[in-house]
Amino acid sequence: MERPGQRVLGVYGLGSALGVLAVAAILATLTQAALALVYPLCATAAIVLGALDLQVLLSDGSLSGSLPLGLPTIGLRLRLDPLSAFFGVVINGGVLTASLYGVGLDRIELTRRVEPLFPIFAAAMNLVLVADDAYGFLFFWELMSLSSWALVVARHTDPEARHAGHVYLMMAALGTVSLLFAFGGLAGPAGGYSFDAIRAHPPGPAVAALVLAAALIGCGSKGGLVPLHAWLPLAHPAAPSHVSALMSGVMTKVAIYGFMRIAFDLLGPPSWWWALPPVVLGALTAVLGLLYAVLDRDLKRVLAYSTIENVGVIFVALGLALAFKANAFSAAAAVALTAALLHVLNHSWFKSLLFLGAGAVLHATGRRDLDGLGGLIRTMPRTAVLFLVGALAISALPPLNGFVSEWLLFQAVLAGPTLPQASLHFAAPAIGAMLALAAALAAACFVRVYGTAFLGRPRSVEAAQAHDVGAAQQVAMGVLAMLCILGGLLGGPLAAALSPLVTRIVGGALAAGGGPTPLSLVAFDAGRSVYDAPVIALFVAIASVTTLVIVHRLSERRTRRGPAWDCGFPDPSPATQYTASSFAQPLRRVYGTVAFSARETVTMPPPGDRAAARFSVVLVDHAWRVFYAAPARAVLDLSLRLNALQFLTIRRYLVLMFGALVILLAIAAVAT
Amino acid sequence: MKLAYEISHLLAGVMLVVSFAQLYQQRIAAVLNAFAAQSITLALAVAWAAWSEDRPDLFITATIAFLLKGVLIPVALHRTVTRLGVHREVEKVVGVGMALLVGLALCGLSQALVVKIAPVSAGLARDELALAMAIVLLGFLMMIVRRNAVTQVVGFMSMENGLILAATGAQGMPLVVEVSVAFSVLIALFVFAVFVFRIRERFDTIDIEALDRMRGDRR
Amino acid sequence: MTLDAAIQFLAQGAQMFLVLLIAPLAVGVTRRVKARLMRRQGAPLMQGYRDLAKLLRKESVLAESASWLFRTAPYLIFALTWVAAALVPSFASGLMFNWAADVVALVALLGAARALLALAGMDVGTSFGGIGSSREMMIATLAEPAMMLIVLTLAIAAGTTRLAGVADFFIAEPLAVRVSLALSLVALVIVALAENARIPVDNPVTHLELTMVHEAMVLEYSGRHLALIEAASMLKLTLYLSLLICLFAPFGMAPAAAGIGGWLIGTAAWSSKLLLGAALLGVWEVSIAKMRVFRLPDFLGVAFVFASIAILLAYLSRGAAE
Repeated sequence: MERPGQRVLGVYGLGSALGVLAVAAILATLTQAALALVYPLCATAAIVLGALDLQVLLSDGSLSGSLPLGLPTIGLRLRLDPLSAFFGVVINGGVLTASLYGVGLDRIELTRRVEPLFPIFAAAMNLVLVADDAYGFLFFWELMSLSSWALVVARHTDPEARHAGHVYLMMAALGTVSLLFAFGGLAGPAGGYSFDAIRAHPPGPAVAALVLAAALIGCGSKGGLVPLHAWLPLAHPAAPSHVSALMSGVMTKVAIYGFMRIAFDLLGPPSWWWALPPVVLGALTAVLGLLYAVLDRDLKRVLAYSTIENVGVIFVALGLALAFKANAFSAAAAVALTAALLHVLNHSWFKSLLFLGAGAVLHATGRRDLDGLGGLIRTMPRTAVLFLVGALAISALPPLNGFVSEWLLFQAVLAGPTLPQASLHFAAPAIGAMLALAAALAAACFVRVYGTAFLGRPRSVEAAQAHDVGAAQQVAMGVLAMLCILGGLLGGPLAAALSPLVTRIVGGALAAGGGPTPLSLVAFDAGRSVYDAPVIALFVAIASVTTLVIVHRLSERRTRRGPAWDCGFPDPSPATQYTASSFAQPLRRVYGTVAFSARETVTMPPPGDRAAARFSVVLVDHAWRVFYAAPARAVLDLSLRLNALQFLTIRRYLVLMFGALVILLAIAAVAT
Repeated sequence: MKLAYEISHLLAGVMLVVSFAQLYQQRIAAVLNAFAAQSITLALAVAWAAWSEDRPDLFITATIAFLLKGVLIPVALHRTVTRLGVHREVEKVVGVGMALLVGLALCGLSQALVVKIAPVSAGLARDELALAMAIVLLGFLMMIVRRNAVTQVVGFMSMENGLILAATGAQGMPLVVEVSVAFSVLIALFVFAVFVFRIRERFDTIDIEALDRMRGDRR
Repeated sequence: MTLDAAIQFLAQGAQMFLVLLIAPLAVGVTRRVKARLMRRQGAPLMQGYRDLAKLLRKESVLAESASWLFRTAPYLIFALTWVAAALVPSFASGLMFNWAADVVALVALLGAARALLALAGMDVGTSFGGIGSSREMMIATLAEPAMMLIVLTLAIAAGTTRLAGVADFFIAEPLAVRVSLALSLVALVIVALAENARIPVDNPVTHLELTMVHEAMVLEYSGRHLALIEAASMLKLTLYLSLLICLFAPFGMAPAAAGIGGWLIGTAAWSSKLLLGAALLGVWEVSIAKMRVFRLPDFLGVAFVFASIAILLAYLSRGAAE
C-alpha cells in the first residue's frame, strides 16, 4: 500500500507544510509588517496539506512514521490513513477559505492577537488527524482547544467574550478528561497507548460501554451534542468571523473524527446497542439546536446553534451506520456512513460560507443583531447572493449539496425498519420524524435569517449605509458557494470517490455507476431509489427558461414601480415590518411553550396614557439550568465546605496524616 | 381465511383509533360518544369472530357489549352529566399533544412486549393481543391524564373493552364468566354514578384535584 | 435514437404538458362544485385559464423596495413546482424518467418552492408578507414529520421510494382491506390540505389579515408574476391529487410495457380520477370551517398520530406475514 517514493513525498509535504505554519506563527509575533504574510502562508500550507490528503484518500493508501518527541519510551507516532485524509481535506479546505478571507481583513489592533494563533490552530487540527497514539492525540487535541480558546478571548475587553472563554475552557477540560478515560479504557491493563496496540486487543462489552460513553462525552462536547452544547453558542460568535467559520465548520469535524476513530476503528466490531446513544442524542440535538436557533436574535449565534443541529444529524447518521454494521447489513451501513461523511464535507462548506458572510455583514454594518439589519440585498449585493446560496444549501433544498447528504440519510432511515432489534426498529420512525422536523425547522430558520437581515427595508442607519466587502473576502465566499453548487450536482461522483474509504470502514459501498445516468446517486440499487441532481437541475433549468421565453412572448412586459400595499395606512417607518422575533412568533407559540416554557407578556398603559407599551418574552433554557447551573452550584457548595480544611490547626493536620498512615497500614495488613 | 384476518384486523385497528380519539376530545359529550363508538366496534369485532370462527357463544358477548356499553351506559352517563350540570369541558393534566405522544409510545411498548412473550405460532392471535393491550393501556392513560370523574369511569370501561377484545382473540370466554363480568360492570357503574352524584351534591365539584385537597389527612 | 426511445421521450413530455393543461381545469371544478353547493351559479369551468390569460396581459406593478429576488422568484417557483408535478406518474408508470420521481426528492422540490415563496414574501418589507411567511413555515414544520412517516409506511409496504415502484406494487397486490394504508391515506389527505392552503388550514380566497397565510405572501404580486404564482399553486394541487391517485388508487395506470392504447386508457382513467378528487375537495371545503391558526398543531397532530399508528400496524402485519 505504501510506495517508498510516496512515503518520502508525504513526509516531506507534511513536514514542510507544518513548518510553514510554524514560521507564520513566529513571524506574526515579531513585526507588524510580517502580519500581512501570515494568511497567505497559511493558505499555501493548507493547499499543500490538502493536496497530500486528497492524494492519500483517492489512492486508498496510508503514510506513517514516528518522531522521537513526546513520552520517552513511546515517542510520537503519526499515521495518515484514508479516514484521516478525508477529514484532512475538509479541514484544509476550511483553513484555505478562512485564510483567503483573512487576507482581506484590515490590520487593526485586534489582529495582533489573532494572527499568531491562527496558524497554531490550523496546525493543531491537522496534527490531531495524523496522531497514531493516544498521547499525541490528546496533546494536539488540547493544543487545538487552547489555541481556539485564546482566539475566542482575543477581544478580551468584551465581557461577553470573557464569559464565553470561561465556559469554553471548562467544557474543553471536561472533554479532554473524558477522552483520557476513554483512551485509558482502550489501552487496558496491558497499557499499550499506540493505536496499533489498541487495535490488537479490543475491549470486552462492559469496558466498551464505558469507553463509548466517555468518547461521546469527550467528542460530543467538542462537537456540541446536547446537553454538552452550551459553550458553542457562546464561544463561536465571540471569536472573529473567519475563526468562527473554522471553529464551527471545521473544529466540530475534528470532534466527529475523534468519535469515528474510537467507535469504528479502535473499539473493534460493534454491538447493536452502541447505536442507541448517538442516534437518540443526535436526534434530540438536531431538533433542540434548531429550536434555539429559530428563537435567537443574534446572527452569529443563530449560525452556531445551527451547527449544533448539523452535528446532531451527523451523529444520527453515524449511529445508524453502527447499527447496520453490527447487524452485518453492509449496504445500509454504507448508505448511512456515506451520508455522514458527505454531511461532514457539505456542512464545512456551507457553514464556513455563512459565517464568512456574517463576518462581512458585521464588518459592513458593525451590527450582529438581526433586528438592526435589513435591506442588505441592495447595499451588499454580492454578499447577499453568496449568503443566499449558503442559506438554501443549509436548508437541504435541491439541487444544492445539503440535500444530497440529507437524501442519503433519509434512505438510511427508511432502511431502519429492517433492523431486527426492537428498540432500533421502533426508533427508526421516531428518528425519521425528528429529522424531518429538523429539516423543516432549518428551512424556517434560514428563511427568517435571510429575510430579516437581507430582505425588506433597512431597520437602522448602519444597515442603510452598508457597503460590500473587499475582493479577497468575496473570492473566499465565492469559492465556497461554487463548492456548494458543485457538491449538489456531483453528489454521485463524490460518493463514488468515498467508496474505498466506506468499504474500508463498513465492508460495503454504494453501487457506484449503477444508476441510469453517470452522475446519479444510487442508494441501494437503481430499482429502489435514485437521486439524480443534474437531471433534476436540468429539468428545472429547462422549465425556467421555457417559462421565461413563453411568458415574455405572451405577456405584457412592462413593469411599474409603486408603493407597497398598505391597507390605506402608509407606514414610512421600516420599524413596522416584521422583525426576527415576529417571524419566530408562530414557532414560539407551537414549540417554545413546550421546549423553553416560553411566556409572552404585554403590558399596556391605560387609555389616554401616552407611555409606551411593553412586550416581553421570557424563555427558560432548561438544559443550562439542569446540566450547568445546578452542578456548578453543587460544586461550589462542596468546595466551600471543603474549604474548612484550609484552616485547621497544626495538631489537626497531624491528626489527618496519622489517620491516613494508620489506615494504609491496616489495609496492607488485612487485604494482602 | 385471509379475508377473515383482514376484517378482524381492521376492526381492532378502528378500535385503537377510536381510543386515541377519546384522548383527543375536549368535551365530555364527545368523550362519551367516542366510548360508545369503541364499544360498538368491539361488538362488531366479537360478532365477526363469532361468525368466522364458528363460535356462537361469542354472539351473546357481542350483543351484551353492544346493548350495555354501546347504548345503555353512554345514554345513562349522558343523562347523569346533564342532570349534574357538570362543566362541559374536560380538565386536562397534560396537553392533548403530550397525551397523544405518550399513547403512541404505549402502542409501541405493547407491540414490543407481545413480540417478546408470545410464540410466533400464535400468529393472528398475537396481533389481536398487541392491539388489545394497547387499548387497555390507553384506557389507563385516559384515567390518569384527565381530571374529570366521568372520564375516569369511561377510561375504566374502555380498559374493560380492551380486555374483552384480548379474551376474544385468545380461546374465547365461557358464557358464565361473561355474564358475571357484565354484571360487575353494571354494578360498578351504579356505584360510580351514585358516588359522583353524592360528591357533586356535597362538594359542588367533581374535579378530583379539588377533592384531593379536601382529604382529611393531607397537610 | 431509436423510434421506441423517441416515443418514450415524447410520452414523458406529454405527461409534463398534460399536467400543466389540466391544472386550471381541476381548480375550476373545485370552485364550481363549491359554488353550486352554496346555491350560486359559479364561474364556468374554464375560468382558470381565462384568469391566467388576463393576468399575463396586465402590467406588473412592483413595490419600490422589491429586489431582484422578488422578480425572479415566481419563475423559479413555477419551474420547481412544474418539474415536481411532471414527475409524478399519471397515465403510465414506466416512462423514461420515472426513476427520477423519488418521493423524498419531490417533497424537497416543493420545499424549495415554498422557501423561495416565503423569501419573496419577506422581500418587500411589509407586515403582511411577514405574517404569511412565518405562518407558512410553521405549517411546514408541522406537516413534514407526518409526510416523512407516510413515506416510511409506503417504503415498508412497497420496499422502495420510487413513485412508479410504489404504484406498480399496489397495482399488483390484490385489493386488501388494510388499516395501515387507510390511515396513511387519511394522514396524506390532511397533509395535502395543509400544503395546498385549503380549508381548514387556510382559505384560498380570503384577504383578511387574520386569516391569510398563502395569500399574504403573494399580496404584492401582480401581472405576469402573479400569473406564474397562481399557476404554481394550481400545479401543486394537481400534484397532490395525482400523488394520492398514484399511491392509493393506481388502477387504470398503464404498466411499463404498454403502447399507445394503454396510455390513452391510462390518461382517461387518470383525468377522471383527478377531476373527481377536485370535486370531492370542493364538497369538503363547503362542509367544514377554517380553523384558527393555533388549532392547526392539533389538526396536523392528528395526521402525525394516524401516520404513526399506520407504521405500528404495518410492523404488526409484517410480523404476521413472516
